[in-house]
Amino acid sequence: MSSLGLRAVHSALGPANPWFSWGYVRDNSDTILARLREHVTLTVLTILIALVIAVPLAILARQVRWLSGPILGVSGVLYTVPSFALFALMAPFTGYTKSRTVLIGLVLYALLVLVRNTLVGLEGVPADVREAARGMGYGAARMFWRVELPVALPAIMAGVRIATVSTIALVTVGVIIGHGGLGQLLVEGFNNNFFHAEIAVGAILCIALALAADGVLYAITRLVSPWARERR
Amino acid sequence: MSIFSETWTFLNDPANYAGTDGIPYRTVEHLVISGAAVAVGCAVALPIGLWLGHTGRGGGLTVLVSNVSRAIPTLALLTIFATIAAIGFGNRATIIALAIFAVPPLLTNTYVGMRDVDPEIREAARGMGFSGWGLLGRVEVPLALPLIAAGFRTAAVQVVATATLAALVGGGGLGTIINDGFGQQNRGEIFAGGILVALLALLTELSLALVQRLVTPKAGRKQQGARPVEVADAPGNAVVT
Repeated sequence: MSSLGLRAVHSALGPANPWFSWGYVRDNSDTILARLREHVTLTVLTILIALVIAVPLAILARQVRWLSGPILGVSGVLYTVPSFALFALMAPFTGYTKSRTVLIGLVLYALLVLVRNTLVGLEGVPADVREAARGMGYGAARMFWRVELPVALPAIMAGVRIATVSTIALVTVGVIIGHGGLGQLLVEGFNNNFFHAEIAVGAILCIALALAADGVLYAITRLVSPWARERR
Repeated sequence: MSIFSETWTFLNDPANYAGTDGIPYRTVEHLVISGAAVAVGCAVALPIGLWLGHTGRGGGLTVLVSNVSRAIPTLALLTIFATIAAIGFGNRATIIALAIFAVPPLLTNTYVGMRDVDPEIREAARGMGFSGWGLLGRVEVPLALPLIAAGFRTAAVQVVATATLAALVGGGGLGTIINDGFGQQNRGEIFAGGILVALLALLTELSLALVQRLVTPKAGRKQQGARPVEVADAPGNAVVT
């Protein structure tokens, strides 16, 4: 393999391939930013779409008891299928080079976590709280928005945090479709004669993005559910 | 030709079953890589988890390990290891990277399993003269076994799934079929690879679920229902890859 030979030359010449290089970052800031933007866009869209689907699904699963088994079961089986395989199975129908293939796959994975946590959150609303609200004349809609959703919010937000961090790591696999966000830097760096600086930037930005997103979501959780503070 | 007939054609071509690029070789390679990674992960995580659980220390450490590992993309670690000359090209790099990701579920579940042992049972065993290794081996480990098995299942399923990604950075396994399919724009090969990988992952999950069931006493089997995915600890909750 010629790349192996080249690497031997590199190592013979000394540190020609450092892991950290400001020169690389400076000269390629446009590419790096574009990859980062794609990574963030895919993640945000994934979580928003998954939430819009998961919350009604969880409500449905709670209202129609026998549906909760199939809903959790199907999403559990989907969760077991590796993303690399899922993208390969979806590509013929959603496009071999389209970012929507990556997006749809990521939404499916995020769904399991979000449906589960929403369901658990809704089931955690104490019966006497519900009873009291009903006694105060709350109808079904008002009950949901003013009582059940706020009580379930900490559990839902815990799910959002996990789904977000997992999604950020998973976006990289989209590289097979050509839309892997920062994952593109990883594999391009690998194919570019083991270009360490490019690989390091991809990896570091991925991890930093995940930690930052988790921090922001944690702050939001505290803001929207101040009553749950002492429990966490 | 439809995608299904192209897939059928690929799966029925004897050429795709021969040699080191063939489906049987790649399947065995996938299982060997995964098995080695899980073995290394167990060798590291089980002693640490048992010790921490036995002594009751390090709960914060296991939570930290499992949360931090979630943020690290497997592909990043695979890529980094694949480019480090000392580790070597191909499957050895894959095994080490995957073993690292097998550690958190094994460690967390072993620790939690050990901590969940009823203190009164531990006390009674001490009163009966058990101590140190006897307490660990005859009392604590048997009681923790169902949770350890759950951690093993999570770790193994995750490793089998993640091993697929090795193909992106010069490794072997079944992922190579998908990767080659994309490289050669062979739609049948891509789809067939997806089916093979998905089947292997599901079979692993099913067979290990059975093993987990076998080592779990009837009374300890929890009702299958909604289980929350917690931030703080995540036994039985793998990061998909």
